[in-house]
This record gives sequence, structure tokens and C-alpha cells, in this order.
Amino acid sequence: MKDAFGLPQSLLVLGGTSEIALATARRLIARRTRTVWLAGRPSPALEEAAGQLRGLGADVHTVAFDALDPGSHEAVLGKVFAEGDVDMVLLAFGLLGDQARDEREPEAAVRVAQTNYTGAVSAGLVCARSLQSQGHGSLVVMSSVAGERARRANFIYGSSKAGLDAFAQGLGDALHGTGVHVMVVRPGFVRTRMTAGLPEAPLATTPEAVASAVELGLRRRSETVWVPGTLRVVMAALRHLPRGVFRRLPV
Amino acid sequence: MSAETDFDPDVMGMDHTTVTGWGRTAPTGAWLIRPRTYEEAAAAVRGCGARGGIPRGLGRAYGDAAQNAGGSVLDMTALDRVHAIDADGGTVLCDAGVSLHRLMEVLLPLGWFVPVTPGTRYVTVGGAIGADIHGKNHHVSGSFARHVLALELLTADGEIRTVIPGTPLFDATAGGMGLTGVILTATIRLQPVETSLMSVDTERATDLDDLMARLAATDHRYRYSVAWIDLLARGAATGRAVLTRGDHAPLDALPARLRRDPLAFRTSRLPATPAILPEGLLSRTTVGLFNELWYRKAPRTRTGRLQRISGFFHPLDGVPHWNRVYGRGGFVQYQFVVGHGREDALRRIVRRISERRCPSFLAVLKRFGEADPGWLSFPVPGWTLALDIPAGLPGLGAFLDELDEEVAAAGGRVYLAKDARLRPELLAAMYPRLDDFRELRAELDPRGVFVSDLARRLSL
Repeated sequence: MKDAFGLPQSLLVLGGTSEIALATARRLIARRTRTVWLAGRPSPALEEAAGQLRGLGADVHTVAFDALDPGSHEAVLGKVFAEGDVDMVLLAFGLLGDQARDEREPEAAVRVAQTNYTGAVSAGLVCARSLQSQGHGSLVVMSSVAGERARRANFIYGSSKAGLDAFAQGLGDALHGTGVHVMVVRPGFVRTRMTAGLPEAPLATTPEAVASAVELGLRRRSETVWVPGTLRVVMAALRHLPRGVFRRLPV
Repeated sequence: MSAETDFDPDVMGMDHTTVTGWGRTAPTGAWLIRPRTYEEAAAAVRGCGARGGIPRGLGRAYGDAAQNAGGSVLDMTALDRVHAIDADGGTVLCDAGVSLHRLMEVLLPLGWFVPVTPGTRYVTVGGAIGADIHGKNHHVSGSFARHVLALELLTADGEIRTVIPGTPLFDATAGGMGLTGVILTATIRLQPVETSLMSVDTERATDLDDLMARLAATDHRYRYSVAWIDLLARGAATGRAVLTRGDHAPLDALPARLRRDPLAFRTSRLPATPAILPEGLLSRTTVGLFNELWYRKAPRTRTGRLQRISGFFHPLDGVPHWNRVYGRGGFVQYQFVVGHGREDALRRIVRRISERRCPSFLAVLKRFGEADPGWLSFPVPGWTLALDIPAGLPGLGAFLDELDEEVAAAGGRVYLAKDARLRPELLAAMYPRLDDFRELRAELDPRGVFVSDLARRLSL
């Protein structure tokens, strides 16, 4: 069960090698979390991540999970929920893709869209139903500022996150009053493997900062969390810029 | 979604809703059932699905003791009959859903008072036994269960058992947080009184040592005793306090005007606290000002002041929904006890709370007397401190974890009826009879019918 501060005792991470997810898991293990399920494609990286979290004292299991295979989600995730209550699901898988290549190769673009959006819709709904029948739990969805307004530089990734973001908001409304809490996290540019080599955007942040914002959001039962928080204001302004002006911005 | 229970929602008055404790943290969804007869209660228990059920009274437990995520919550307040009063012998037989408020209304005119009352009259008899509540008279009278002569318990098999003191089932049920079954009725021994007024002595203590010395030296002279501490006072004033102590006023202490109706039970209620209040209303500044005023307004010493029962025992009951002043984020109440001889731990903890500047305006210190046999019953002889803190205070969780360590190291414990955040690892050290409790539950309720969020969180 979560405690008075919304901190979970058990955590299911979808996207078990995500740096943001692992930073969040480390932070939660230092608080209350004792059981962690790391779901992802079987790989040495997934096992290594599990080993690291075990070193912090948690009971960690890995689960073979493929966002691109929605047909398997029900069975794979159902097994995790059958083991006991999951107090928090962290939906953190996602592909950034390579915008230039993806524009040339529609199939690669579809892979980004299917992972980030279709896979999340499937996994999100499967988890939501289990959370609803256990009457509690937080579903934390990693969205992105990129989904707030599509930019020339990464609109394929951005549009997939826009879809995910809208889905998660609607799911949060659907689950309102059931005891289940859905929280959409919108980080800006986060310094991780995913963004290595990319020119850094203003207000860049770290996985640890996202983790700390997630913990605060859990305590406040927030529905939306921006990281850093100032992005809320910045994006509110950018969202309303005329297209012609937005297009010319160096962002 | 579909119910996992097998009754007709319309017949049983079932509602899916979110439930929290009085502290308004950690809401969870559950099926709320309101049985109107013992048969309906038994049917509800037998019909509990995979996620079980838990009885609930008036929802005054601060934490998650009367919540059951995804399962059933049995609201017992419709079972509220007072069956029999022995006005000569001083006992009452009543349903578990009867509130202490109702008992006072019925009993005071007959010259009897409830043996133990906490800081609110709006708790049920079932809840009082389940949490084995204590009051300002613990050093004299012990906890609530000491005054229970018998109770009827609806157990997981749907049967009703009569449970009497001195049996393992009684000791598991007293303080058992509703996890041994649903208490249906109880027979309670009452306290005789001549009047419905209290004769109250008030004095100020300048710091914690002064306070503890005064309590230790003179507590035995009073039936009721409590100290309000200003935990925002620092330096030499750390632990400054107002002691309020007294007893039921005898008839001859009343002025002639009150002697005509000496047993009248009078209460007053202010308008309810608004549902929406700004966050951060209780800041260090506002609470600091309140505490300063509260301390200054108390007389240095004053004896024999006549006060109504409601004002002496239940000042906050006059403000319905006072828990809303903590805003949407809710609050946690922290109450612990450390044994006599561990005053060093108490001093350290009070100093840490003062240094931390927790905005707490309801901090209360008292001395417990002899413990009662309930396995998970909270009181042990020693010092108990209770305080409310807004849940949104940054770093509060980690800070309270540190205090727990101090408490456990001193052989003390925290109160489960108020808990919403204890680290499960510390529970066994705090409650040495925990294994007996678990064993009895496993035997009595092998399917795990009775379960709550508290039970899940702490693996009770």
C-alpha cells in the first residue's frame, strides 16, 4: 500500500532500462519501495538494472515485456498483478527515433509511433483495469514537453507523445473517484542516453530531477507535473504563439 | 467494473466510493455497505469477495485502518441501538455502531458517564474497542477495553461469538483494528458521576522539564490529566505547556443555579469548516501566533473552574470537519509512547520537533498508567506525545521515520489508529505480541476475509 505521502511499497516499471525510471526507482527504494518489477525486453542491460536496484535492498524481478507486442500485454502484466498489489506503475518506455531518418523511412516512424503511443495505450489500459479492481495505485505516465506543441525538429516523436499525453489525461478522468491516481509527467530536455549527442535545449534537466518531481507529485496527488516546473509557464506561452512565429523560433 | 461481491447493490445499499481516514491522506476505492441488521452484517461478511472487508465506524481513525482498497467497507453506524442500561449497577449493553456522543446523551441524565473518552465523542463503541482507545484518565482507568465486560463478535465464518475478557480472542480484538471480526454489541461498565460538569485546574509549565516534573509529582491527584505543549517554542522555552487537569464536579461544588439540573448534557456546535480552504493556512507563522496566544491566555494557575464535559474533553467537536483546515493535502497525526525511565528519548524527540519547526497546534503530552492486555493495544506505562502535522510539509516522511527509530530504540511504539506511514520493518519491535496476533488471525480467518489498507501496508 502507499502511505500518507503517496509513496508506494511495490513498483512496476514499464521500460525497465529507462534512466528516468531507474532514477525514480532508486529514489522510491530509499523511501518505502521494497518490491520492484522491471518490465522490458530481456537484455543484459535489464538484468544489470535489476542487480543495481537489488543492491539498494529491494526485492527486484524482471519481466519480459515488449511494447510493440500489445497482444502479449494482458498475459505478461496480468502475471505481475496476480503476485500482489502494485502500488505504482511507471510507464516509462519510449523511443526518440531519428527525425531525419524517420522522415525518409515511414516504417521507422511507425515504430516510434507504435512504441510510444499504441504500446502505451495497450499497457496503460491493462494496468488501469488491474489498478481499478485493487482500488488504489498510481499510474505515472512519462509524457514530454515535445507533445505539448510539435516542433519541426522532432515532430514524429512529439506527435506520439502528444497522443500519449491526451490518452493519459483521459484515462485519469476515467479513473477519477476509483482510488486510482493517474499522473502525467512532462519533462523537458533530460540529459540521458536517449539525448546524448543532441544539442541541449534550454531548461535541460536530469533523471534525478524528474525522480524528485515524481515523488513530490505523488505526495500532492498531482495530475500533471512539469520538470522543471518553470516549463509550465514557458509552454503556456509557446503554445499560444502564432504558427509563423513558432516556426522561426530556434527551439 | 464489476463487483467481486455477490449481493444486489440496491438491497444492501452498496456504493463504490473513495474512502480516507480523518487525516484525509491516501484515498482508496471500496464498496461501502451499510448493514441495518445483524443478519445483513453477517451476509456482508459471508459475501466479501477476494479483497475482503473491514468494519468502519465514524471514520475518526486518522490513517488507513478503516479503508479497504478494492474490497468492502462495512459502515456500522446504522446498527446503533442502546439495548439495556443497568442504572443501578452501572452497565450498558449497546450496538457497536453507537457513538460515545449518543451514550453520553442517554447515560448522563442517569448519573453515569462513559469510562473512557478520547478527544472526540464521535467515535463508535466498536471503534473504541478496535483501537482500544485511551483518554485523559488512562493513568487511573486504563484503556477502553478494560471496561468491556463482554462483546459479540461476528467472525469470518459468519458466526457470532460471545467474547469475554481474559480470552485470547478478546485480547486480539481489543486494539485489533477490526481485523478479528465485526464487533456487533458490547457490554460496558460505566463511571458514576454526580454532575455533568468538570472541576478543572489549569497551570502553566515554563519548559519541558518543568512540565514533566509537575506531571510526575501530581498526576495521581487527578482523574483526568493532559498537557498541551507549544512545540514551536524554542531555546529555554522548549516544551512550554499548559496543564489541564480535573475530575467530575461533585454536586456541592455547583452554584445553586446549576444544581437544579446538575446532569444536563449541553453541547454547542459552530458552523462546519468550509469544504475548500487554501493550502498552507497552517504555516509556521500562523501556528506560531496561535500557540503564543494559547499559552499566554492560559492562567498561570487556576483551580476549581467549572467546565462542561464537551469543552473539557472534546473542544474540537464544536467545529465540525475541523480536519479540513489542513487543506486538500490532509495531515498526519504522530503519536508515540516511551516507557518510564526513557525520558531522555522523549526530551530528544521534543527538541528535534521544536528545531524542525513543525507547525503543530495540537500537541498533547500525557502519562499512561498500567497497560491493558490487548495484543496490539497501544498504551504502555510511560509518556505519550501526540501531534498533528500537515502532510505537505517538505521532508516530513523521512523526518518521522527518524523519530520512529528513536521511539523503537527506546522500547516505545506508535499508535496504529493514527498511523498512515510507519515503516513495516519496525512494527514487530514496537508490538512484541504481533506474532500471536498473526497466528490467531490465521487460525480464525484462514481466507483472510478481514483486511484493511493498514493491514496490507504493515502486513498485520
